[in-house]
Amino acid sequence: MSTNESRIESFIYDNVIVKKFMIATMVWGIVGMLVGVLIAIQLYLPEFYQSMGINLEYLTFGRLRPLHTNAVIFAFVGNAIFMGVYYSLPRLSKASMWSSFLSNFHFWGWQLIILLAAITLPMGFTTSKEYAELEWPIDIMIAIVWVVFGINMIMTLVKRREKHMYVAIWFYLGSWVTVTLLHVVNSMAIPVSLMKSYPVFAGVQDALVQWWYGHNAVAFFLTTPFLGLMYYFLPKAANRPVYSYKLSIIHFWSLIFLYIWAGPHHLLYTSLPGWAQSLGTVFSLMLIAPSWGGMLNGLLTLRGAFDKVREDPILKFMVVAITAYGMATFEGPMLSIKAVNALSHYTDWTIAHVHIGALGWNGFLTFGIIYWLVPKMWNTEIFSKKMANAHFWIGTIGILLYAIPMYWAGVVQGLMWQQFDSSGALLYTNFLETVTEILPMYMLRSVGGTLYLIGALMMGYNLIRTAKQGSFLKTETGRGIALKDQEHEEEMLNGKAKWWERSKWIEGKPIPFLIASTVVVAVGGIIEVVPMYMIESNVPTITAVKPYTPLELEGRDIYVKEGCYTCHSQMIRPFRFETARYGEYSKSGEFVYDRPFQWGSKRLGPDLHRIGGKYNNAWHYKHMMRPEDMSPGSVMPLYPHMAENEVDTSLTVKKIVLMRAMGVPYESNYENYVMRDYDKQAFQIVKDLKASGIEVGANKEIVAMIAYLQRLGTDIKGSASSTADEIQ
Amino acid sequence: MLALVALIVISLCIAVFFLILFIRAVRKDQFKDTYTPSVRMLFDDTETNNNSNS
Repeated sequence: MSTNESRIESFIYDNVIVKKFMIATMVWGIVGMLVGVLIAIQLYLPEFYQSMGINLEYLTFGRLRPLHTNAVIFAFVGNAIFMGVYYSLPRLSKASMWSSFLSNFHFWGWQLIILLAAITLPMGFTTSKEYAELEWPIDIMIAIVWVVFGINMIMTLVKRREKHMYVAIWFYLGSWVTVTLLHVVNSMAIPVSLMKSYPVFAGVQDALVQWWYGHNAVAFFLTTPFLGLMYYFLPKAANRPVYSYKLSIIHFWSLIFLYIWAGPHHLLYTSLPGWAQSLGTVFSLMLIAPSWGGMLNGLLTLRGAFDKVREDPILKFMVVAITAYGMATFEGPMLSIKAVNALSHYTDWTIAHVHIGALGWNGFLTFGIIYWLVPKMWNTEIFSKKMANAHFWIGTIGILLYAIPMYWAGVVQGLMWQQFDSSGALLYTNFLETVTEILPMYMLRSVGGTLYLIGALMMGYNLIRTAKQGSFLKTETGRGIALKDQEHEEEMLNGKAKWWERSKWIEGKPIPFLIASTVVVAVGGIIEVVPMYMIESNVPTITAVKPYTPLELEGRDIYVKEGCYTCHSQMIRPFRFETARYGEYSKSGEFVYDRPFQWGSKRLGPDLHRIGGKYNNAWHYKHMMRPEDMSPGSVMPLYPHMAENEVDTSLTVKKIVLMRAMGVPYESNYENYVMRDYDKQAFQIVKDLKASGIEVGANKEIVAMIAYLQRLGTDIKGSASSTADEIQ
Repeated sequence: MLALVALIVISLCIAVFFLILFIRAVRKDQFKDTYTPSVRMLFDDTETNNNSNS
């Protein structure tokens, strides 16, 4: 004992960095929710801003929706994760964070990234990959800041004074490793300019990489780090140990091994190979076991303490959060079943599902944690428990008013799309009918979102008053014995270790061990990948499918820039109700020149894969200027700026050359004719528009946009019945 | 479908990495005690001086 006491070291827990991340969480959270409410209103009042005299291209749904999702995921939830990690990790490790410089670098770097996102996304700088929309320079910054966070975390663990790593730490580590890889792989792109790049993969392959990322972003950014927070803050707030620690360990390891394979469930019934779709479904179904194990573990932690839940707003928030986790993870596997997905995909059902996760699980757990942290860090009581309780109820009602109408809207619209009349024709031939039908649900949804936002604002006020009445503890002091001294002590006590415990031939040398295992895995990988280069690509090529013309390519980039994919899919599934509405179903070979792919995930408007040739140029022009004029009741935003903005053709040649370098078969000296072809095609459209009485310059965005829309899906048109022969 | 194979290989790498991590953790007795850690974490503020030798 005496030898021990002399070795006890003192160290500090830094609360300032926790406070910084907490403020960022609240501020960005409110911003993210506010943008969400705004775009929810825009969906039933498409001329919301115009009616106030504001006519800005930066405020369309397509530009703001990525801002909303990125703000909520990376700014609100991201900062909440960091807040929780910087609070719990030092306390669980009995060590200060390794480097306070890196902690601060992490904080300011992350806020800078968010700020850049908030500026560039409305400006239209986007990769159009959902939840990975930021362009390549920002992607590099994210990678740097993320690695800094990891180094700080791992080095803290190296210096830890508590030998056992509590389960929360495993969740943090697992999330960090996986997110690093996901981000790097999905962001692989070739820059055209500072704010424009093309992904290395095209079409189906790009879609697969994106949804491998997209799904795992949900898994390893929104779920596993938060489970770590749950396993730390729930026992703390309830002041009782987790129901089963063993189960929590099983929870972690099974999630880690299952989650990574579930991505293809986002691409059911698309052109992705069937076996890959089935793989996604099988792993998604398996996920229900660990997810529900974890949920029950959380809820049962409160066994015998439900009287506390009745009193304590913190526990109320946490209980609803964990219940929402259970609901979302039950629904996830269900939506991965093909029969269910056929109905749910592209509808608001998905939107309801993700908001149960975001508002319920992430939002409420964050609120619970912050309500617990603030009185502790400011050494006081909460300013108004009553207000916190009111926040709980207003937030809960907000979630219900959001989710129920969205489920309703999803099922109604999904069924309407499938409805045939007795003669075998589509009952609702006009897509718009299925939209106007659910507009009341959209209105209710925006009320739900507004309530949730009001709750968050009340919380902000409550927290500021709490902080004012308390005094902030900048640091707290911890005490512990260094690991090496503990081990030495153990050896002295237990005598000589057994031979197998001494055999540290490999795990005693972590770095050689890591290198060795990486080499082994890399060799295996090369053996598997090389044959793929040797044989021809097994994406079926269709001879009729030709590369985009320069004008169409520029039009396509405008389509990407405007975020059209947020409302329009370009993927007709092989169902009779889809082919009857849109035309021949989409083939994987049609997307070989699509960088990035534009399949979309939600149909607020109709699918556009076979839009080419369906309407004349003048219709498209008038429709883009004011959709309401051509389709009364349309909720599409207005795009008058497309008739004013000019295409930046200084990059067109470079884009074509780059595409050719990536394997698009443009002729070897085509760069000399790019602009000739561009002008030729543009003048044709201008001439055609003129015949309909529309005057527009050939260099305007709208011309390129029309060219692209008229091209979409036309390559195999007319030969639909013979496509089987054309697939080589 | 190079991407498909690449993703499977990458996902397998992740899985193998975690498998190695798991085996290492088990061998280092990280999961031997499945009760005390859950209680110990409750006391870190007040009893910073508890350790296995006390």
